[in-house]
Amino acid sequence: MSHLPSEGGGGRGPDAHATPEAIQAIRLRHPWRVTFAVVIVLIAGLFIYDTAVNRPVYNWPEVGKYLFDTRIVTGAGYTLQLTIYSMIIAIVLGVAIAVMRQSPNPVVKSVAWVYLWLFRGTPVYVQLVFWGLIPTIYKTITLGIPFTEAVATISTKDLLSYFTLAIIGLALNEAAYMAEIVRAGLLSVDKGQSEAATALGLGWWHTMLRVVLPQAMRVIIPPTGNEVISMLKTTSLVAAVPFTLDLYGRSRDITAVTYQPVPMLIVASIWYLAVTSILMVGQYYLEKHFARGVEQRPDVMKPTVETQTIGVVGVVDPTTPSYPSTAGETIVPPHNRPGGGA
Amino acid sequence: MNVHATDTPMVKAEAVSKSYGSNEVLKSISLEVQRGEVLCLVGPSGSGKSTFLRCINHLETINAGRLWVDGELVGYRQSGDKIYEMHPKEAAKQRRDIGMVFQRFNLFPHMTALENVMIAPTLLKKGNKATLQSRAMELLARVGLAERHDYYPAHLSGGQQQRVAIARALAMEPKLMLFDEPTSALDPELVGEVLEVMKGLAQSGMTMIVVTHEMGFAREVADKLVFMDGGVVVESGDPTEVLTNPQRERTKAFLSKVL
Repeated sequence: MSHLPSEGGGGRGPDAHATPEAIQAIRLRHPWRVTFAVVIVLIAGLFIYDTAVNRPVYNWPEVGKYLFDTRIVTGAGYTLQLTIYSMIIAIVLGVAIAVMRQSPNPVVKSVAWVYLWLFRGTPVYVQLVFWGLIPTIYKTITLGIPFTEAVATISTKDLLSYFTLAIIGLALNEAAYMAEIVRAGLLSVDKGQSEAATALGLGWWHTMLRVVLPQAMRVIIPPTGNEVISMLKTTSLVAAVPFTLDLYGRSRDITAVTYQPVPMLIVASIWYLAVTSILMVGQYYLEKHFARGVEQRPDVMKPTVETQTIGVVGVVDPTTPSYPSTAGETIVPPHNRPGGGA
Repeated sequence: MNVHATDTPMVKAEAVSKSYGSNEVLKSISLEVQRGEVLCLVGPSGSGKSTFLRCINHLETINAGRLWVDGELVGYRQSGDKIYEMHPKEAAKQRRDIGMVFQRFNLFPHMTALENVMIAPTLLKKGNKATLQSRAMELLARVGLAERHDYYPAHLSGGQQQRVAIARALAMEPKLMLFDEPTSALDPELVGEVLEVMKGLAQSGMTMIVVTHEMGFAREVADKLVFMDGGVVVESGDPTEVLTNPQRERTKAFLSKVL
């Protein structure tokens, strides 16, 4: 900042450092805003009151009784396992398919395209029923060289439980969607990045892993978080396989005995919501991690002496590393400064 | 096979041609760059100078002619009178000896300045991390940015980013440095600091090929100046000679606009 004397009044010259008097304006009134707020709160309040008091079908004591029922809790555990395992497989497979779609080999490219077409073009419910029938269609799995004596023969039913089949079904369907998300991420990285890595002598694998993918992650993570949450709920379809030990399956089992469907639906919903909320927190931190070097706003974080004296950036934390510069003032990297994110 | 005698030119191009479909970008370019020499490539945009530079480290493949760096064919292997395409791994190995600096810096935004400089030696040389780090710090000090080693590229000015990019290219200890319009994306007041670093590099004996519009730099630092237009070398020679006394009409017309 230059320290030229200001001419005329109102300028912020060197001696205008004292804060000018804050404006004490009378606030503009928004009568409609208030009216709407009151109406909405009233409707919501009435609905909650009605739900709690006038509708015995909700049967809140019943909800409380089954919320931490062992069957429900283990059901939630299975649902979480289905979600995590199928998403891990889907992400790995999705990355592979995304890379295959960019392959120079036309056969590999077509295979990836056909996969996408097939698994994205049919309903996941239908696919799950199909996977459930696999042990019927392929009764045994035989290992060995074709046209010679088999080395080992295993019954498909013994090898693949309904739990495994449910995971395979969910994962293979999801992989098609993940492939498109990953592809979008890869395309979002500037071509100059892989070019610079290539020019440094890095191979394809290093370029992908260390340069392109970490940057693509910023684009990949938000929709993937969406997919994880979506998957958590899609697991309620595994009854099609049929796998029935998941959260929704168990809540239906209990309903079959108690004849009270509504409280069990509420119990299941509470669990789905709770898990989703935890996943959302995880996504927040993941996004923050991959925003390294991008998330800070350089305009606010410019290392000027002025911003520190004025206090825009805040007080420098003594624990953050700093490096003496030639000019004499201390330089603190913006991402280590208060309010610098990361 | 390859005689690494000191009289082998660092770069030798023989009738190098390159086309995209029917569009001929390079038409039979022949030139030599000796060890320790600084060559400046100038010319209007679209004249093929950047393409030629990118052919030298095999970012682009040439269609005809021969191109050697330090006596080795670029991107191909010759055995008898047959020419074989190089495996990507071999090509990557070849590129490690050639540093490149881009117009738009292309620093890795998710890494700090120091990490940018260290990435290639860390992944490829697998040396002791402490040694690599102190080497990287030395390089950053050389471009005057030691105290900014912890900064992400987004927090560095264009000039600083380009200096980090130069340090990054030097990290693999290249024998040849290629500069593709290194100052064209910079604010005018930041051009000087980058040219200063490049000048220091030239004085240390580095072989350099610089595509540039900075005629002052070319005159002061370059040993040879090549003027290209329409994919051919129009004129080349001593920079001062070419800049003050161009022989060809095309050169005269171009210089009258940029000088």
